[in-house]
Amino acid sequence: MGTQLVMYEEEFTKINAVCDRLTKDANAKVVFLVDKNGQLISSAGQTQNIDTTSLASLTAGNVAAMGGLAKLIGENEFPNQFHEGAKDSLYMTIVGSRVVLVVIFDNRTSLGLVRLRIKKASDELTKIFESLVKKTDAPGAGSPFAEISDDDIDNLFSE
Amino acid sequence: MSFINYSSREINCKIVYYGPGLCGKTTNLQYIYNKTAAETKGKLISLSTETDRTLFFDFLPLSLGEIRGFKTRFHLYTVPGQVFYDASRKLILKGVDGVVFVADSQIERMEANMESLENLRINLAEQGYDLNKIPYVLQYNKRDLPNAVSMEEMRKAINARNIPEYQAVAPTGVGVFDTLKAVAKLVLTELKKGG
Repeated sequence: MGTQLVMYEEEFTKINAVCDRLTKDANAKVVFLVDKNGQLISSAGQTQNIDTTSLASLTAGNVAAMGGLAKLIGENEFPNQFHEGAKDSLYMTIVGSRVVLVVIFDNRTSLGLVRLRIKKASDELTKIFESLVKKTDAPGAGSPFAEISDDDIDNLFSE
Repeated sequence: MSFINYSSREINCKIVYYGPGLCGKTTNLQYIYNKTAAETKGKLISLSTETDRTLFFDFLPLSLGEIRGFKTRFHLYTVPGQVFYDASRKLILKGVDGVVFVADSQIERMEANMESLENLRINLAEQGYDLNKIPYVLQYNKRDLPNAVSMEEMRKAINARNIPEYQAVAPTGVGVFDTLKAVAKLVLTELKKGG
């Protein structure tokens, strides 16, 4: 069982900044960062008309299915995926084998530029997640829920 | 594997509905979707075949309210129940925080129940989880059908460990929310322990 993903203010700010910059540098419409288990971590760009929760879950499902396919043919995983649409296209990259960076873009940019910028952002994100994992594993970083009482839990379910 | 975000003060947990084909996993999610307020739920996504059989998964995000200033969100997933979709089933179990096993109470499905439960145990073990240790509840669905097996026999067949169990009729909602609340409580209790 892998460790629980815990996000702190400091790293969250850095991650959001990377996603924002990637959106601008790649001239993309939207950038998402999704945990491999389907939890949305960050988003940037024109997210208003997108159901981000569904997107996160379907991205994780897709990456998991492709990972399964990869293993069937003797690959560890397919780290990059590109899906071309009539107007918008989608590029997915696995970062640090833990999260997925999703970039949605149209013809105002090019696949080459998107790939180039993703590479840089991906390296930065890998470093941030490494420090995040260290922080989470550090002694004393207990569950924030250790303090909650049975009553707190019960209250959540009272009609 | 829950996701705790201190910055946005959110906690997200993943619950998987497991069970044999046509036992009512999707029906559980549909009932929950239909009966919850619009502001607490997201879209219900069903990746199904043309004949409405689950192909990959159903997904329903639910907000349960706040605990100590943290918004609690539950992501509910179903697996495809049909035996030959085993590869897909394994994928859905990745990062699971709690499991609901939906059993079909009909006598002719008893063997399928036992097979599916064993399959759950094996697939969880492959991901490094132990069914005896993770938050897990049982739902006996289709209790209204004339060919439903007695509760005593159901227990003997699939609940030797006496884990929390609920009788249900998923299309009318009997037992659906009781089951969900029970597993959500277990998941939060596990988090409290630092799981």
